[in-house]
Amino acid sequence: MADVKPRIKLDRKQVKKGDLVEVKALVSHVMETGQRKDSAGNLVPRKILNKFVCTVGGKEVFSADFEPAVSANPYIQFKFRAQESGPVVLTWIDDDGSNIVGQESITVS
Amino acid sequence: MEFTINRRRALAIAAAGAAAASLGMRVDPAGAANDTEKLIRKFTGGKSPAEGRVSLDLPEIAENGNTVPMTVSVESPMTAEAHVTDVLVVADGNPRGGVVTFHFSPASGVAEANTRIRLATTQRVTAVAKMNDGSFFAASKEVKVTIGGCGG
Repeated sequence: MADVKPRIKLDRKQVKKGDLVEVKALVSHVMETGQRKDSAGNLVPRKILNKFVCTVGGKEVFSADFEPAVSANPYIQFKFRAQESGPVVLTWIDDDGSNIVGQESITVS
Repeated sequence: MEFTINRRRALAIAAAGAAAASLGMRVDPAGAANDTEKLIRKFTGGKSPAEGRVSLDLPEIAENGNTVPMTVSVESPMTAEAHVTDVLVVADGNPRGGVVTFHFSPASGVAEANTRIRLATTQRVTAVAKMNDGSFFAASKEVKVTIGGCGG
């Protein structure tokens, strides 16, 4: 899963201190619920992204715990208040322990 | 002869119908009683959340239960003194009640998030917000689902 590239969009990257920045992110993932059966009648084991974290300049600004009821190819949209220039890092944690990471950056003037 | 077969069939159908009905009766309360209540109680520590401040935006009718857009926002100044810490979203008609939990902080600036969720059937979705002062607010919305999510 490491080669999955999330699509991340910030509504603007040049901001004034204290401005709100909107983040939209989409990542490809089956989000297998663990409730479905395959054609042989066996339960398909659960495999979802169970956690999402966004940090700006190393500081967490938003996170979410996903349950199987989050749709496949999870989409997430949220905002944060810009304080200083730095990387905006988005991390999704898979049930199998692997991570999907995406990065953008903002410049605060 | 023909009459008896018909009668037997009729009896069989009636019996099957009764069985299905009783099954339905048993399934229904179980369907409504997934772990939603328990999750909310655990989240609030037994407190009952107040109405207001939370707005839950979902379509009235979802054509595809596999991906239903949902926006949750909570009125709050989001300062260090007064902010939203967590928002729990549950759905009472899914196999399991939990949907998503959002974690906010003053750095979030605004307590608002949007994602897409799965809804197995027509049901009630509830969002419960936890404030840093220990108070809770909730909002819920009924969503009609035309095609259920969660596969199966």
